Amino acid sequence: MTRIKPDDPIVEVLQNVEKGASLWSDAWHRLCKNRMAVMSLCIFAFIGILSLLAPWISPYEYDAQNRSYGAQSPSAAHWFGTDTLGRDLLTRVLYGGRVSIGVGFLATAVSLIIGVLYGATAGYKGGKIDAVMMRFVDILYTMPFIIFVIILMVIFGKQFWLLFVAIGAVEWLTMARIVRGQVMAIKQQEFVEAAVSLGYSSPRIILKHLIPNVLGPIIVYTTLTVPSVMLLEAVLSFLGLGVQPPMSSWGLLIKDGAEKMENFTWMLVCPAFFFTLTLFCLNFLGDGLRDALDPKTSAD
Amino acid sequence: MALLEVRDLKTYFHTRNGVVRAVDGVSFDLEKGQTLGIVGESGSGKSVTCYSLMRLIPQPPGRIESGTAKLDGVDLLSCSDDVLQQIRGKRVSMIFQDPMTSLNPYLKISTQLIEPLCLHEDMPKKVALKRAIEALEEVGIQDAAKRVHYYPHEFSGGMRQRVMIAMALITKPDVLIADEPTTALDVTVQAQILELIKQRQKELGTAVIFVTHDLGVVAGFCDQVRVMYGGRIVEAGSTQDVFYRPAHPYTWALQKSIPSLQRKGDELYTIPGMPPVLKEQITGCSFAARCEYAVERCRTQPVALKTIAEKHQSACVRFQENELQGADL
Amino acid sequence: MSDAFLKLESVKTHFPIYSGILFSRQIGAVRAVDGVSLEIKKGEILGLVGESGCGKSTLSRTIMQLVPATAGRIVLEGQDLSKLSASEVRQARINFQMIFQDPYASLNPRMTVFDALAEAIATRAPLKGDAMARKVIELMERVGLSPQAMKKYPHEFSGGQRQRIAIARALAPEPRLVIADEPVSALDVSIQSQILNLIKKLSREMGLTMIFVAHDLSVVKYISDRIAVMYLGKIVEIGEAISILESPQHPYTRALVSAIPEPDPDKERLRNRIVLEGDPPSPIDPPSGCSFHPRCPYAIEACSLTTPEFFKTKNTNLAACIRVNEI
Repeated sequence: MTRIKPDDPIVEVLQNVEKGASLWSDAWHRLCKNRMAVMSLCIFAFIGILSLLAPWISPYEYDAQNRSYGAQSPSAAHWFGTDTLGRDLLTRVLYGGRVSIGVGFLATAVSLIIGVLYGATAGYKGGKIDAVMMRFVDILYTMPFIIFVIILMVIFGKQFWLLFVAIGAVEWLTMARIVRGQVMAIKQQEFVEAAVSLGYSSPRIILKHLIPNVLGPIIVYTTLTVPSVMLLEAVLSFLGLGVQPPMSSWGLLIKDGAEKMENFTWMLVCPAFFFTLTLFCLNFLGDGLRDALDPKTSAD
Repeated sequence: MALLEVRDLKTYFHTRNGVVRAVDGVSFDLEKGQTLGIVGESGSGKSVTCYSLMRLIPQPPGRIESGTAKLDGVDLLSCSDDVLQQIRGKRVSMIFQDPMTSLNPYLKISTQLIEPLCLHEDMPKKVALKRAIEALEEVGIQDAAKRVHYYPHEFSGGMRQRVMIAMALITKPDVLIADEPTTALDVTVQAQILELIKQRQKELGTAVIFVTHDLGVVAGFCDQVRVMYGGRIVEAGSTQDVFYRPAHPYTWALQKSIPSLQRKGDELYTIPGMPPVLKEQITGCSFAARCEYAVERCRTQPVALKTIAEKHQSACVRFQENELQGADL
Repeated sequence: MSDAFLKLESVKTHFPIYSGILFSRQIGAVRAVDGVSLEIKKGEILGLVGESGCGKSTLSRTIMQLVPATAGRIVLEGQDLSKLSASEVRQARINFQMIFQDPYASLNPRMTVFDALAEAIATRAPLKGDAMARKVIELMERVGLSPQAMKKYPHEFSGGQRQRIAIARALAPEPRLVIADEPVSALDVSIQSQILNLIKKLSREMGLTMIFVAHDLSVVKYISDRIAVMYLGKIVEIGEAISILESPQHPYTRALVSAIPEPDPDKERLRNRIVLEGDPPSPIDPPSGCSFHPRCPYAIEACSLTTPEFFKTKNTNLAACIRVNEI
């Protein structure tokens, strides 16, 4: 690569390049003005960080049983009390958060990648390819979720990763449909025509031109998928099909707590409170993101 | 007394980034049966002027800061909503630029045509429907009795504009405000629509305020012209005066930029610079930054419309002091 | 003449209309381009005018291979584009480019000017780093944009500036044919002349062959060498630009020229304007014979029977009208 000489006129230009204001920064400013969304983000971040640091900050081991204690109500030693096996509930809630939020994000990430690529390709190609791809999606949609999970369990036994496979297999479908719709809406726009007439390849057009312009709805839908996935995990765990003890997730904790609700209410209330709070925060954040990214209120 | 007297109309938009002075002191008179053309480019304030007269400006962020618009003594800008309701659609009607979006796509044409009649003239539906069919025939729509029951999307662009004209004129208003009604139409359809408006205007004696950026349309259609720039009127006079004896450098620059007048082979004349940002309060003439004839005075002296010849006004200080003449341009 | 730069032979672009719920059959077609034959010399600028529905936009897109032609051949510099495979077309695209009408929609809102131009430049010359920066700066200066703005996004520019970016992007692959599809229609009058001057200057500097599509005849007169007038999918008249505007021969062209308002009050009031009756017919069911005959003030019975060929006229224009030399 040839070096530029210092007196080359382009040097001055390159040093004085003006900063651009992308549409993302506009959206970010709008989001910051939304108090509810910002608060939700902070609370969720707080819970998330606590859960992440669970192994380091929790007062007890998550599986340290102490049968002599057994089911104590909240006290100074155990802020959330203990469960029937004497395990500290606060610790279990924190660890549970790790699993629930972790599953939530990871499964969503998987469904995001598959769904976006699949949907964008189907939407862009259109015609027969689109028809075949979406029929496949339609067929998968009809699959009864719980039965699918049970079948997986029967074949592979009760493995943790099955959780991801099962949830991922379901969530990417809706994402694909949404992305396909969005892509079909914008592929008629002139800048896409321009990209075609410049001879850009289809993968380039999909990745660099189409997907960035449908990222708005994708982001919003993603923040709403996370709570949905967490709920799915909770349902599975509740039915005994998901996370297995001694690991905990909020879903499992709620299941245990629900069974013991009459006598040991704190065993239900504590995990349920955290779970609900997280879901609320994610939903409000999603709403805030949707308003911030709404193209109608973007730059004039 | 003129039919419509507008005095010192000011409409500002209070946005996050500052105050946009879209209309900054506009005054004009409209006589009965007269055609007044308001010419300017986008950002000149011509459309906002019309919307202000009909009080169709969204408030906030817009606000009619001051001014009066007296229709037979009633001030349209400050009268009560009830009085305005009675005037709008009955004595003052408006047609808009985009025929695609100006009609309600969910209602049949018949419903939309009958509405102003039932509302303003208390007509029973059957009689109103007959009037509606007549109105469609008057604007040249074939098979009116059948087509009156169509939906807007079943008409073409030119026909939709005719329907809009029919709707606007069905109550025989005193004033018709036309905001760039032919800009979105093909040139042959534009010719048809202009002929139509001229003809109906003659038959009904309606005064027309015609807003456009096309000088050619103004030349053939209007009696009086007001040239707007940066929210103000910079030249006012009869069509003859403004075209043959332009008294403002902007008017002259506009005329010069028309491609059809220029010789093939030369470079097209362009007005240097950019249209003004209406957020800053400019002392002096808002065109000075782009004007070939600007001197120091132009930027510092406050400008106002002054009479420079019989019934011909200009806001250019150099014209007012006879430093420039039409012949120089 | 086989040394024409661009040759269109009886090009037709029909869009089928289907009907039926269970078994959809084709019940008709929108005959957007219905038999266009044309030859353009190297370096020529051809103006293509017509009103909405005449098929000029569809014709542009057919030449650009954005829409497949239903029939006919498109031969660019001796190469028959209709015979190429999809990937061959993609590679050939650096030779023909398009400037679109809407400067607000033709730029990717999420890409900076630099990214958009670099991507386009890379189709011809995959440069990197400073070499690419140099090319981008050169291109921006050529179209009259300040290169310091290269990292800005489209929404930060005015309409006229956006169109300059679009022009830069179209010229980046160094094409030999450029189709400008109503590039100034969406711009303010005072900006139109700036962009027109720019397009004319660049086409001369770069030796481009250009098709300039517009509905405004006066704009087209300024920039074109020859003008072709389209009506309902066919060319009805073609000739030197001045000749078409000052002495139009075909009845439709006469009406079109007559409809242009002149910014001269006395002339406007006194002249006889030809005002056409009715609305343009739909391209789904065009009239028989000459498609203009239902609205033509000179139509006779023979007009509805045969589709006219081009006839030589008093001046050098060619007009598709059997009565053109009588009227």
